[in-house]
Amino acid sequence: MTIIKHELRQNRTAFAVWTASIAFLLIVCVFLFPDVKGEMDSVGNLFASMGSFTAAFGMDRLNIGTLIGYYSIECGNILGLGGALFASLLGISALAKEEKDRTAEFLLTHPVSRKRVITEKLAAVLLQITVMNLLILILSLLSVALIGEDIPSRELLLIHGAYFLLQLELACICFGISAFLRRGGAGIGMGLAAAAYFLNLVANISESARFLHWLTPFAYCEGADIITGGKLDGSRIAVGMTLAIIGIITAFRHYIRKDIR
Amino acid sequence: MNEKAIQTRNLTKYYGKTRGIDQIDLTVPWGDFFGFIGPNGAGKSTTIRTLLGLIRPTGGEAKIFGLDIINDRERILSRVGYLPSETSFYPGMRVRDVLKLSAELRGRSFRRGRQQQPRSSHDVTAPPPYRNDRRETLHPHEHDCAEAAHILCERLQLDPARKVDELSLGNKKKVSIVCALQHDPDLLILDEPTSGLDPLMQREFFEILRERSANGATIFLSSHILSEIQHNCAHAAMIRDGRIIASGSVEDLSRTGARRVNIRGQMDYGALSGVKNLHVSPDGADFLYSGDMQVLLAVMANGTIQDVSITEPDLEEVFLHYYDGRPE
Repeated sequence: MTIIKHELRQNRTAFAVWTASIAFLLIVCVFLFPDVKGEMDSVGNLFASMGSFTAAFGMDRLNIGTLIGYYSIECGNILGLGGALFASLLGISALAKEEKDRTAEFLLTHPVSRKRVITEKLAAVLLQITVMNLLILILSLLSVALIGEDIPSRELLLIHGAYFLLQLELACICFGISAFLRRGGAGIGMGLAAAAYFLNLVANISESARFLHWLTPFAYCEGADIITGGKLDGSRIAVGMTLAIIGIITAFRHYIRKDIR
Repeated sequence: MNEKAIQTRNLTKYYGKTRGIDQIDLTVPWGDFFGFIGPNGAGKSTTIRTLLGLIRPTGGEAKIFGLDIINDRERILSRVGYLPSETSFYPGMRVRDVLKLSAELRGRSFRRGRQQQPRSSHDVTAPPPYRNDRRETLHPHEHDCAEAAHILCERLQLDPARKVDELSLGNKKKVSIVCALQHDPDLLILDEPTSGLDPLMQREFFEILRERSANGATIFLSSHILSEIQHNCAHAAMIRDGRIIASGSVEDLSRTGARRVNIRGQMDYGALSGVKNLHVSPDGADFLYSGDMQVLLAVMANGTIQDVSITEPDLEEVFLHYYDGRPE
């Protein structure tokens, strides 16, 4: 528990800033909905007729004039990108930062096994992601209630759940990469998150690139699919969680034997 | 106890094809004050980092307290205090937090010091309450590190309320020293411990080490400063290019009065005995001399000498000279 506590304390500022930023943008977005709704007649048609841009964000299948359609596109993008970046950064720095900041020599010359270090660091990452998502979900539900809209709880929970799984997947993959790094990997983490995001956009636009959906966790967060289907895509999630588990196993296998320089 | 505090056999570490250390044999008995000397890059830190399990040996084996350095790593580390040559701490922490974290990572508590009144100056100079018999189990009052940390901070004049990011190199070193000592380890592994410490603090530090040594702790001191080893250690080993080139008692070592002699001019080198490493050039010579000083002066008086310097040989030469011809 010592290492978990220490990790949380070390990360508390970053955690607070990311959580507050994502929550703030999300709330602002929700508060804009009443205005958007009023102008929907003109705007909705415009958004629905921008060709591949429309398809990229799933606006061909969603009505941006309804709260859930609007929420899944606008808020989904904020939560998706923000959450993905935060989760990737958490994962990629978890193990690598010890060598980058030369604190590995301090930590690993105490009587703690490498296995314990990895376990507690992973737990700290997952805990932060979980708490952040819970906080954001609560604030989001509150803000929807505040603008006087009915809360489409099932769809909303499914969307938030999907993004939570996306963050877990990216964090675990980055955690696995982190075990190999000796310097900070912020660039790798952010690059991975951004690549996953844009892969999904590309896959949405072109029929021939559709297979890319299997490579990016954003595919199972697609609001249009979730809302029209009323459920999450189990097989895509299974692929994603398999990648996450591979990331975790890789981290253990490599870091336990790693030479710390 | 019949096992040694540290024992390595053919301990080898290669980074790919780059040599780290090559077939290191070291034996450090219980309670020894052992010096580990060598120039920078010789493999001192690699040896230490291998012993501590930070890096894996590519060959050979090593035992600390009779326990295997790979399989029993945590058991070993719980009884070891390590002072790294370069110190880095987590950003944003206060000295007290670092000490507490270090104690808690050892499964110890860090509470008592908080409620304590400032100690009188008489108490401050008293050594920490050591245990005399070196056991793995602890009395309850030994479990908490705050008391020992408090005394160490006082002795080293380290303010526990300071932020570690704002500390000077020397003060950071002190934080490391307290981390290495506060849990009263059976073995202290010190890598270039005095770099950054001012002379007064160095004296206090070695005073603390001597107290710990007197109370039964084994001390393994790595340094490239000969005088540190000479003044404090009972035994020493020298490492060069990844290999142990000499080892033995420091007392014997100090008794060799070899001098490096540098001469500009001509004289009859053949008339001298005890000359080693003789390099003759057209306008002079330099050599290591361990013979009679009177003879040297007489030979010089008969020669044509423009300039002469007689100095203490550097540490490497002492070792090479002293162990020349002996089996390593």
